[in-house]
Amino acid sequence: MALLEVEDLHIYYGNVHALKGISLDVGEGEIVTLLGANGAGKSTTLRAISGLVKPRSGNISYRGGSLNEIPAHEIVRHGISQAPEGRRLFSTLTVDENLTLGAYVRLRDKASVEDSRKRVFDLFPRLLERRNQLAGTLSGGEQQMLAIGRALMAAPQLLLLDEPSLGLAPILVKSIFAKIREINEQGVTIVLVEQNARAALKLAHRAYVLETGRISLSGSAQELLKDERVRKAYLGEK
Amino acid sequence: MEQLLQQLVNGITVGSVYALVALGYTMVYGILRLINFAHGEMFMLGSYFALTLIVSTRVGVLQLVPNVLLGLLLVFLFSMGLVSTVGVVVERVAYRPLRRSTRLAPIVSALGASLFIQNAVMLTYGTQYQVFPEGLLPTTVWRVFGVEVTLMRVIVLAISLGLMAALYAFVQKTPLGTAIRATALDHDAARLMGIDVDRIILTVFLIGPALGAAGGIMVGLYYRQINFTMGWTYGLKAFTAAIMGGIGNIPGAMVGGLLLGILETLGAGYISTGWKDAFAFVILIAILILRPTGLLGERVAEKT
Repeated sequence: MALLEVEDLHIYYGNVHALKGISLDVGEGEIVTLLGANGAGKSTTLRAISGLVKPRSGNISYRGGSLNEIPAHEIVRHGISQAPEGRRLFSTLTVDENLTLGAYVRLRDKASVEDSRKRVFDLFPRLLERRNQLAGTLSGGEQQMLAIGRALMAAPQLLLLDEPSLGLAPILVKSIFAKIREINEQGVTIVLVEQNARAALKLAHRAYVLETGRISLSGSAQELLKDERVRKAYLGEK
Repeated sequence: MEQLLQQLVNGITVGSVYALVALGYTMVYGILRLINFAHGEMFMLGSYFALTLIVSTRVGVLQLVPNVLLGLLLVFLFSMGLVSTVGVVVERVAYRPLRRSTRLAPIVSALGASLFIQNAVMLTYGTQYQVFPEGLLPTTVWRVFGVEVTLMRVIVLAISLGLMAALYAFVQKTPLGTAIRATALDHDAARLMGIDVDRIILTVFLIGPALGAAGGIMVGLYYRQINFTMGWTYGLKAFTAAIMGGIGNIPGAMVGGLLLGILETLGAGYISTGWKDAFAFVILIAILILRPTGLLGERVAEKT
């Protein structure tokens, strides 16, 4: 059984039909990437899984239970956390406070929260050096580390990453993607939304390509890397 | 020199009350980007509830409790609790249904709530001034460096500075306080952390009115005369203080309140008493021109 199953998802922003029947599934332990141009509906799909937007129709189920009626702030408790588009850090709060908020739903479990914090610092030693600094004063790469670290503080089974490479220098992208693989190897299932299709396909097990609110292609990452249409449209080849 | 010190002490006393009330404006604005125009009425209600507890029943609280200070403490707790309840009801009835509407609608609704509460109090208590009983507290006066300090003034300062310190510690050090600061910055990101934004809003509408009520009770005890329109005058001053400090910024409201109290008292003492209220607004205008975000307000960018 899939960990996450999205069936025929329709989402509207006012009158704009943003998702026109998205169906996808994510198995336990996988990295699944969603590719596509701006406005194709990638971020909306992640926002829907996290409960920030509610579907007009269709179903999102996680471990066999529907998430449709569960408010956003409850969904984290089910083990789904997200590092959202644009990072959305709490810029006037310190790095440490941002991390603490990542674990907001399980703060009573102090020992386990501190354990997660230690693991985040092991993964991103830069954050340890800057733990008392305000999040807004970090560099772009550090901010991305913090966004991912904050999401990890919820001890998720399913981690949603929205454009972790956005605005980063190529060398940083490489290191962030290596960290994502490391997180996955520790047993966290990942859904990765990316503009950087080549890097994402090299990392992921499977991929879905979105076009204007619909899925136009899907398959294993290797297949898609070789696919003519993907190469032309998303990998910049002729 | 002694006169200056005396004015400063007076100014800080008045200013600390402004600051308490300003906190309610600033906290609600921080979370909802809404100017809660009904907040002045919370201040006024605090005063009326306290008066009622003290005198209007045959046996007021102060007759039941032998120790005056303990009695006053009970008066504060009861009145603040009642006003918090009113604050939460106002949020439910006047603001929550308009959460997703344009920004103007809740402001009109706030003015409506303000008028409603004012008129409710007027119909209950009448239009005349209500008077707190004389001699509730011993009129002890200390002289420190030639400055006269009354017991009442010490109590006002102790309570307001104490409440502000407690609020600051709560917002800075506790998980719920941190969640309040996070929600003020970004509602959706807060939801992703598992923060129930409705609960945060509720918390803010419990704390703000309680602090406002404390201010109202102290003004009642201090000046002894209260009126159903007092929420408007003090509310406007406190709102000015919140803007001065940078609305949405909690330490800003504290600084703004104290500063406004001091400047106003100095202006009244050295220039002209008649122009006392005008000083507040001259200062406000000057700050809005020179520093539109307020003294500590640079952090509060307009949400797009």
